Amino acid sequence: MTTAPTTYAPTTSGGQRGVAVELTGLRRSYGPVRALDDLTLRLAPGELVALLGPSGCGKTTALRCLAGLEDPDGGRIEVDGKDLTRVPTNRRDLGMVFQAYSLFPHMTARQNVEFGLQLRRQPGERRRARAAAMLDLVGLSSQADRFAHQLSGGQQQRVALARALAIEPQVLLLDEPLSALDAKVRVQLRDEIRRIQLEVGTTTLFVTHDQEEALAVADRVGVMRSGRLEQIAAPQELYSRPVNDFVADFVGVTNRLPGHAHGHAAAVMDADVPLLSGSATSGAVTVLVRPEHLAVRPDAAGGAEVLSVSFLGAHARVVAQVTGGPKVFVQVPSRAVADFSPGQRVTVTPVGEPALAVAREEA
Amino acid sequence: MAGPVSGQRAVMRRRQNAFRWAVVTVALLFFGAPLFGMLEFTTRDASGHRTAATWSQLADLGTISQRYPDLSAGLVASLWLAVLTVVMMLVLLVPTMTWVRLRLPGLSRTVEFLCLLPLTVPAIVLVVGLTPVYAWVTYLLNGSAVWLCFAYVVLVLPYAYRALDAGLRAIDVRTLSEAARSLGAGWGTVMARVILPNLRTAVLSAAFLTVALTLGEFTIANLFSRTNLQVAMYLLGKSDAQISVAVGLAALLFAIAILFAMSFVGGQRDTVSPLSRLRRHRQEPT
Ligand SMILES: Nc1ncnc2c1ncn2[C@@H]1O[C@H](COP(=O)(O)OP(=O)(O)O)[C@@H](O)[C@H]1O
Ligand SMILES: [Mg+2]
Repeated sequence: MTTAPTTYAPTTSGGQRGVAVELTGLRRSYGPVRALDDLTLRLAPGELVALLGPSGCGKTTALRCLAGLEDPDGGRIEVDGKDLTRVPTNRRDLGMVFQAYSLFPHMTARQNVEFGLQLRRQPGERRRARAAAMLDLVGLSSQADRFAHQLSGGQQQRVALARALAIEPQVLLLDEPLSALDAKVRVQLRDEIRRIQLEVGTTTLFVTHDQEEALAVADRVGVMRSGRLEQIAAPQELYSRPVNDFVADFVGVTNRLPGHAHGHAAAVMDADVPLLSGSATSGAVTVLVRPEHLAVRPDAAGGAEVLSVSFLGAHARVVAQVTGGPKVFVQVPSRAVADFSPGQRVTVTPVGEPALAVAREEA
Repeated sequence: MAGPVSGQRAVMRRRQNAFRWAVVTVALLFFGAPLFGMLEFTTRDASGHRTAATWSQLADLGTISQRYPDLSAGLVASLWLAVLTVVMMLVLLVPTMTWVRLRLPGLSRTVEFLCLLPLTVPAIVLVVGLTPVYAWVTYLLNGSAVWLCFAYVVLVLPYAYRALDAGLRAIDVRTLSEAARSLGAGWGTVMARVILPNLRTAVLSAAFLTVALTLGEFTIANLFSRTNLQVAMYLLGKSDAQISVAVGLAALLFAIAILFAMSFVGGQRDTVSPLSRLRRHRQEPT
């Protein structure tokens, strides 16, 4: 796991065909479980929004409500200004890619892609041309006559993507399309999904529990907890200005350091850390500091002891135990690896980047 | 180091093999001897000489329907019964089971229980229970043997359910139908173009089982005094034993052929039957 998010420059995706999507006050309960609790979410035309959150927080339910596969108990779903709340799935004009492999097993890749076009009564020639173009878009022209069981997992998901896009849907819905794939294919395919999405410009909702994935592909990332949206923001902002400790914890790696807040700063490990808006402003606090916002230096009289040093390629990580305090993760340049070894005494100090502080109950 | 162990294994395997063959031989004798007896009985004339008279008579459909009108009526009734029962069974079970899987998973246990229930009810009890029903059937329709299909659908329910359930388990009904619906398919299209093609094997084996059971049914038909194939054979056996036994043997062989066909179709690992694969192969160049 890396700390620094791979980000694309914030895009106003150049889609001409993108439409706005608006979910307003969506509610859905399963017995006592509130899967969606007043969820409000807006997608700008052509935007790719990722819904991120722990398992069971309601991401899939939100996506399925938008798809019409689940009826919300309350709230409103609008696509391109039209109210779709009561419209059945097959009239919503959506493309979907599922977590489970969903190709029709009795059809070839090409027939799968043509399926939606046949239902739209497109003439044979145009249909075949469109299917070929779509398979080309996902790089599978040569596999067009294969059946699902003759394709790898990644290829199956590509065909599913081509099938979903073939019908030129108003909205593209992706429910953890990569989670059944192995790590390398996952990274490849997620980048490709982003490339294709930018190319076709379709408004897209991408559901995932993998923060790296969400940060890498999305224009904006919405973090969900217990059926609610905690924060929705561009990846960089989400990372550097989380609104609460749930978001800070869920996105990236965070050190939870004890401190004392006084106004717009907090004293943490003998240094002052400026606080982000929304922080607690007085008393005992836990300050959430990113590993790259800590500095570590060898110091025989230091207050911490190195537990481990790991080389991660572009940078390295030092894990240290603060005496009488927490274990901290510190990111250092990879050339500094040689300066540290387990058991060594060090001093760890915040570098003074703004951080979020939450009130801490004194034990 | 592996020597003695593998030696022991080989001995064990040989013993297992011998045991297996012994079982197969006994089973073949047990089932084969009566069949052979039937064949033997139908190929002798009164003086004990070998003759094919009975079988050639059987093969001559024109005369047989004249000389034994009950038999041909029973055969026709049974064939109709097979067709009707298969159709009713499929129309009843396939949409219901699919729907339960998609929308009412909580009901699946109940449906399974209901479908397996007929296994535990003896035919005679079924008849007692169905008597008032058939009084109405006779009143509303007529006394034809063909309406036994209602009782037979109940009778084949457990077997057909098992076969279809296996087929539905093999595919992700939910994801497939949701994918189809998101692409614009209504429920009818989902059924016809996505679910059924992937259930081909299961539907075939359910149908085969139903045919085999229907053609072999005697108790219910006899107790309701309807003449189907088995009842006709039974009646015929009282007057002309040879032809009755010959028909019985032919029916048995037919049922065995069906069961073999079924195990051939059902033995395919994937959900696609060899037939359809062949056809698809031919379609390819389009
Ligand atoms: N069909 C259902 N029946 C009962 N509970 C459900 C159903 N679908 C989802 N839930 C519950 O709703 C909550 C949200 O589920 P889901 O949207 O699938 O979460 P996520 O996709 O974020 O993992 C979970 O607690 C889950 O158990
Ligand atoms: Mg989910």
